[in-house]
Amino acid sequence: MANPATLASTFAAKQPVHDRLDDGPHGPRPKRSFSRANIFLYGTLALVSIYYLLPLYVMLVTSVKGMPEIRMGNVFAPPMEVTFEPWVKAWAEACTGVNCDGLSRGFWNSVRILIPSVLLSITIALISGYALSKWKFKGSETFFTILIIGAFIPYQVMLYPIVIMLRDTGGFLTDIWQATCGVFTSAEGSCRGRIQLFGSLSGLVIVHSIFGMPILVLLFRNYFASIPDELFKAARVDGAGFWGILFRIMLPMSMPILVVAMILQVTGIWNDFLFGVVYTRAEQYPMTVQLNNIVNSVQGVKEYNVNMAATLLTGLVPLTIYFFSGKLFVRGIAAGAVKG
Amino acid sequence: MNEMTKVDAGHSVEIRHLDLQFGAVEVLKDLNLDIHEGEFLVLLGSSGCGKSTLLNCIAGLLEVTAGQIIIKGKNVTWAEPSERGIGMVFQSYALYPQMTVKGNLSFGLKNARVPKAEIEKRVARAAEILQIEPLLDRKPGALSGGQRQRVAIGRALVRDVDVFLFDEPLSNLDAKLRAELRVELKRLHNQLENTMIYVTHDQVEAMTLADRIAIMRGGKIMQLGSPDEIYNRPQNRYVADFIGSPSMNFIDGRLEGGVFTSGELRLPMEGYEYAAPQVSDGPATIGIRPEHVVTGELAASAPVQTEVLVELVEPMGSDTLVYTELAGERFRIRMDGQAVVHAGDRLPIGLVPAKASMFDKSSEVRL
Amino acid sequence: MAVAEEAGHARRSSPRADRKPFRLFHNLMPKIALIPMIATALVVFLGGTLWTVVYSFTSSGLLPRRNWVGLDQYERLWSSAKWIVSIQNLALYGIFSLVFTLVIGFTLAALLDRKIRFEDTFRTIFLYPFALSFIVTGLVWQWILNPDFGVQGVVRSMGWESFTFNPLNDPDIVMFGLLIAGLWQGTGLIMCIMLAGLRGIDEDIWKASRVDGIPTWKTYVRIIIPMMRPVFVTAVVLIASGIIKLYDLVVAQTSGGPGISSEVPAKYVMQTMFGGQNLGQGFAASTMMLLSVVIILVPWAYLEFGRRKRG
Repeated sequence: MANPATLASTFAAKQPVHDRLDDGPHGPRPKRSFSRANIFLYGTLALVSIYYLLPLYVMLVTSVKGMPEIRMGNVFAPPMEVTFEPWVKAWAEACTGVNCDGLSRGFWNSVRILIPSVLLSITIALISGYALSKWKFKGSETFFTILIIGAFIPYQVMLYPIVIMLRDTGGFLTDIWQATCGVFTSAEGSCRGRIQLFGSLSGLVIVHSIFGMPILVLLFRNYFASIPDELFKAARVDGAGFWGILFRIMLPMSMPILVVAMILQVTGIWNDFLFGVVYTRAEQYPMTVQLNNIVNSVQGVKEYNVNMAATLLTGLVPLTIYFFSGKLFVRGIAAGAVKG
Repeated sequence: MNEMTKVDAGHSVEIRHLDLQFGAVEVLKDLNLDIHEGEFLVLLGSSGCGKSTLLNCIAGLLEVTAGQIIIKGKNVTWAEPSERGIGMVFQSYALYPQMTVKGNLSFGLKNARVPKAEIEKRVARAAEILQIEPLLDRKPGALSGGQRQRVAIGRALVRDVDVFLFDEPLSNLDAKLRAELRVELKRLHNQLENTMIYVTHDQVEAMTLADRIAIMRGGKIMQLGSPDEIYNRPQNRYVADFIGSPSMNFIDGRLEGGVFTSGELRLPMEGYEYAAPQVSDGPATIGIRPEHVVTGELAASAPVQTEVLVELVEPMGSDTLVYTELAGERFRIRMDGQAVVHAGDRLPIGLVPAKASMFDKSSEVRL
Repeated sequence: MAVAEEAGHARRSSPRADRKPFRLFHNLMPKIALIPMIATALVVFLGGTLWTVVYSFTSSGLLPRRNWVGLDQYERLWSSAKWIVSIQNLALYGIFSLVFTLVIGFTLAALLDRKIRFEDTFRTIFLYPFALSFIVTGLVWQWILNPDFGVQGVVRSMGWESFTFNPLNDPDIVMFGLLIAGLWQGTGLIMCIMLAGLRGIDEDIWKASRVDGIPTWKTYVRIIIPMMRPVFVTAVVLIASGIIKLYDLVVAQTSGGPGISSEVPAKYVMQTMFGGQNLGQGFAASTMMLLSVVIILVPWAYLEFGRRKRG
């Protein structure tokens, strides 16, 4: 049967594939533990591991060295004297332009962006995915296909139209607010406020929800599709409606996928640079943007140790999630890989 | 057919001119069916015949394209499933995994805002009837297949409805449990006396449970009748072939002047009840059930006698299946389990035309 | 039927159960719930894309304006040295990134699939860079490749005075500097996908090839890799769509330098759109990016779904 959403199911197939990682290896077993083939195998893996671990190591050692030691010139050498001053400086004193209050501002901006973005995007995607899998109607699959194709469009194509949409929606909401607010309050001047979406955190939250939607909707749609239809039918016979089935039946079964979605969104939004640069103003820049401004600023003497401390600080949130969530992270990125 | 058009208080579920299309595919075509109050009706057919689809339409889980569904005299064609006064039991049990058995049983009642005391009462009664009282606080994951299916039945039971819908409820169980629950379902029906519509592809379930069986094929009802009618007087070749295991033997030939001939075989159709008062001569197919072939000493007393060559013997314990050839067609005979036959034997057999079924060769309709 | 349930029924039942409801209002709630998704798909993705394509034919500068100039913006785009360099850089980076990511990803997956010890540890090590942002990736590798204190400096200080490896300041090899960082960040993901693909292959295939006496490498090349075709296709689509979006890494690691030698299309778009007050040019450039995605995706979709329809 010609299904317009087959594009999506291609990726749907990938989800169970990733659970196979737990299956255990299928390849041939190496014969003896100290055979030449085995030494070659583990040697190669160890060597490659060095390449992958090197940057983490370099970040760490550089960030606890003093500048004189760094100028002696070996990024790989372990620190002779450990100092945490670069960390303090990166967090509280590093400068971007005229502001010298360190990365902490970017960190808190990122937190302020992250929490509502994650909640909003997951809520919308959860409801959409549920509606798309269990309450199909004529045209619903077509909309979904457009959404999934949208995931492949380079962001640059949609950046400017979204600027306009945010600005105009903000203006429109302001007009409504100013027209209706007098009804609720009589205080002089309390209706002057403007609603700004472009160049504000709320605008960025909307943008993150928009661009997170294809992958998250796909994730939830496929998950709900894997829940037997009979369960859904039984609930309908039992008199539960759209929201009743979602909250009473589906949601209690969705914990694993919610965690996966959460991991996916937290890492994705935390690591975002492009949207942060385009849709916010300097004082609201997320951590990544601020980090880049600190490190790549041309003024003053380069303080490599502070830079690396700042870099490591920025990477700390996704790294913590990665090391604690393990296999769930793999499932998350497997799904998130579509985002490209 | 005429009686279907008038509203009858004795009818529990009436289905009129029901059409259902998925895109360009017609799944149900102008389907009419009246189900009596308290009747156990089985929808039987092979997969893809539309039996489950029909059940889902009755439940309101599928939107029909055209036609009407009337339950208890009320047109419910576009009503919500929960407003139709039905309870439904699914093949995969469809128990809510995060709720206890009690939670599963009371979920529908809570949605209908039934008072708490009433819920308690009905859950207790259903649990008693189904003997699942000790399981009430367990989660479905901790139950066996049979227990799960009892809970699923209980979920329909507590709704206190007049019509029960069963969608292949026993298919996921092993053979022994299936037989047990089959008996229990029959007992339940005798006790509750409500209307039950039961979908299955298993003819044993259909024959043992049903008051009436509707055999479906390609979205149409091929025959509606009691198990006895279906078995003994199949209305067409499809039904004749579908019901019975091993299935009926068919021999093509001609009917002329009340005598069926095919090659050497001559069967005077004495005692055969024709479907129509007048039957014209022409090509016909005769169907003879393997168990209606008379063998042994009795063969000599049958109206028609002949002899066949045994090709293969399948002893099955309770009976023996003998593969032979008659009038150029493969011919199966069911004999007693104790019968001693060997491949290569010549076996004298007797045929009873009164017990046979005869079909028009081209239209495949019973003559 | 109990009284209470009667009451419940009366309150909830739809007024005309015998009448076919108007299509749009039937099961209205799912439709309402899907409004955000439908709006995103139609207004933002479809509408926004069309808007950009349409305005790429205008002379919009600081603000979008509808004064049509035909293909002028595209002519200017293709006569801009910076754009040409961007395209060349992307092509170079793209080809190497694609080949190396596939080869490294598959090799690592095959090595990990050989019933080794510490598989989880190795997997964790190879994949962790993927959790980091391109900004972090770019800055770390900028530091490691620092000519005075990084790799080059270390080798020289060990006595090899003439050793030169300074990709970030050498226009000829700067893209390889980016490639080293990009591969570090992205190969883990492809390895994971490949590993899952290998795990999806029936173990009996290995037994059969052992019985037939086929050497391991030959089993991989002749049997396993052909069987993993869909996995490779997915991997290629993922890598390719990632390459086209290449932006953050360049900003962090080289800022497009030295000179314009590591500029990429996405960066060109950002500069003309938000830095150069030259919107029309940015729209034209982003439309070209869209076009390249279409060129990659359409054959893939055709292969993927054409085959499915036939099969």
